[in-house]
Formats: sequence, C-alpha cells, structure tokens
Amino acid sequence: MTTKSESGQWPLWEVFTQPGGGKPHQHAGSVHAPDAEIALQNARDVYSRRGEAVSLWVVPSVSITASAPADSGMLFDPGNEKPYRHPQFYKTPKGIQVF
Amino acid sequence: MSQALFEYLLRLGDDRLVLGHRNAEWCGHGPILEEDIAISNLALDLTGEAQLFLELAGKVEGLGRDADQLAYWRDETQFRNLQLLELPKGDFAFTMVRQFLFSAWSHFLLEGLIQSKQEDLKGIAAKAQKENRYHLRHASEWVVRLGDGTEESHRRAQAALDQAWPWTGEFFLADDVDRVVAAEGLGVDPSGLRPPWEALVTDVIRRATLTVPSPPMRMVGGRKGRHTEYLGHMLAEMQVVARSHPGAKW
Repeated sequence: MTTKSESGQWPLWEVFTQPGGGKPHQHAGSVHAPDAEIALQNARDVYSRRGEAVSLWVVPSVSITASAPADSGMLFDPGNEKPYRHPQFYKTPKGIQVF
Repeated sequence: MSQALFEYLLRLGDDRLVLGHRNAEWCGHGPILEEDIAISNLALDLTGEAQLFLELAGKVEGLGRDADQLAYWRDETQFRNLQLLELPKGDFAFTMVRQFLFSAWSHFLLEGLIQSKQEDLKGIAAKAQKENRYHLRHASEWVVRLGDGTEESHRRAQAALDQAWPWTGEFFLADDVDRVVAAEGLGVDPSGLRPPWEALVTDVIRRATLTVPSPPMRMVGGRKGRHTEYLGHMLAEMQVVARSHPGAKW
C-alpha cells in the first residue's frame, strides 16, 4: 500500500480523458490518490461526472519527463521560421476536394 | 395493493434520502479534496434516486403529494428507512463501511427490481443499479485499503464494522408489505438476499484483513417508523428550510 509522501500528500496522478469513441485521450488535469485504482476513481469523480469522457487513463506524474522551460527557445523557436513545413505549400492533385 | 406498493416505495426512497443526507454532511469536510467530491457524488446519486422513488410513491398514493412533500413534510415516525442509515456519519471508516454494507445489499435488491412488472419502478431501478455498482466499487476498495492499511486505519475500520454490523439484520426482515409486492411481481422479498449479500461482503472483509463480527441483532423497526434518537435531529436540519418557506422555488 502506498503511503503519503514527505509532503503529507498522496502521490499525484495525471488524468487523460477520451471525449468520444475513436478520439484521442487528452490531458484533463491531475488528482491525488494512494494508488492506481483510487486514482482512476478520483479521476472519474473529478473529471468525468458531467459526461465528458468514455474512457480514462491515469499516469503517475513522476513518470512524465517534461522539457525544461529554459530550453523552449532552443526547442521550439526554430520551427517558427520554416513555413515550408506547413502543408499549404503543396499542390493539391486535381479531384481532391478536402484534406 | 397500491397501499403496499406505496409503503414499499417509501422504504426505497427513504433509505436513499437518509443515507444521501448523511453522506452530504461530508461536503467540505472530506479527508482530501478528491474524496470530498467523491462522497458528495454519492450523496447526489442517492438523493436523486430518492427523488425518483418518492415521486413514484406519491403517484401511486394518488393524493397529490410529490417527492418534495414526502421528503420535507413527513415527521420521524412516518419515515421508513433502515435504522443503520440514520446513524451519525461517524469517521471516514464508518461512512465507508456503512456505504459498503448498504451498497452490497442494494446491489442484489436492485437486480431483482429491474425485473419488476411496474414499468416506472423497473426504469428507476435500472438507473440506480448503474450508480450503485460504482458506489459498491468505491466503498469496497476503501474498506480493503482501510482494513489492510495502517494500524490505525485497521483499528478504525474494524470498529466501524463492529458498530454497523448488528444493524444489518434489518436488511433481511420481510413483512406483509414485502410479501405482497413480491407476490405481485412488483418488488423483492428481502429475506432472500442474505446468502448472496453475505458471500459478497465476507469476501471483501477477508481481503481487508478484517474480522466478520458475530454480535446479536439490534432492535429493529425502521420500516414501521421506529427510529433511533438521531433521525429526528437529522430531519430537523434537513427539513427546516422547506418548512420555513413553504412552496418556495429556486
């Protein structure tokens, strides 16, 4: 049985909800819970009680590796000046109405 | 016939109204934010079910009383809930153990009620069964975690079980009301629910490393309007706003 952490709080879990069949799970928020089963139940009560979800995922927050805010210039700015990476520069073949 | 069905529906409604109110007393006092929301959700589910059962009771009675009139304008001796459900909410262990014992019983009761020949009752039971399955899961998981948790949580869970257990005898007492509605295919005779209930409850209690108590059964009589000293106080609080402002609407 997981016990409370040093902060006196239960571990944090990230919650992902799937809004409809076939749609991707999206990050909804987080909950505290002592273990995975209770995390799932807390996620259900906090993030799906108004019919927002057909499926839930919970992941221990400590399992997520996040990029550092200080690296955001290095990581993301170079993409801003390369408009040719957007698909509108490609010619659409005849006969295709939408894509 | 309709008198028996009316009484039977009052029992179904009052059980959920009273337990729903007891759970609602946790709102703002839960041990952690997430559980505060979870218990409040239980309370809202139970109160919603109570509203449906009482509304139907009023319809069956045929005297023009609706769910609000039945909930707020009856006195203690006119309530038909099980005595276990009116006991003070106690600590978190007692609230969860009581919810677990009731939801397990309610599970088998609702399974029978979704076969009812009374179409409205059948529909309400189907809705309640979905909610109850979650209540049972949530409460069961907590009973296991409290029992098989720390020394203190184990002690509190066993104390809660010892306190609640004697009151569960009332779950399975059948009287003429039960027998009449069961014979008509409208309701369930609760005396048949003990074996499956005991099997389910015993399994969870063992997983929780708790001990099944074996004390004598308490005095009963909730179904006849005999209640503990606690119900009157609870009703006074629950009914005061409605009685101070008769007919008020949101």
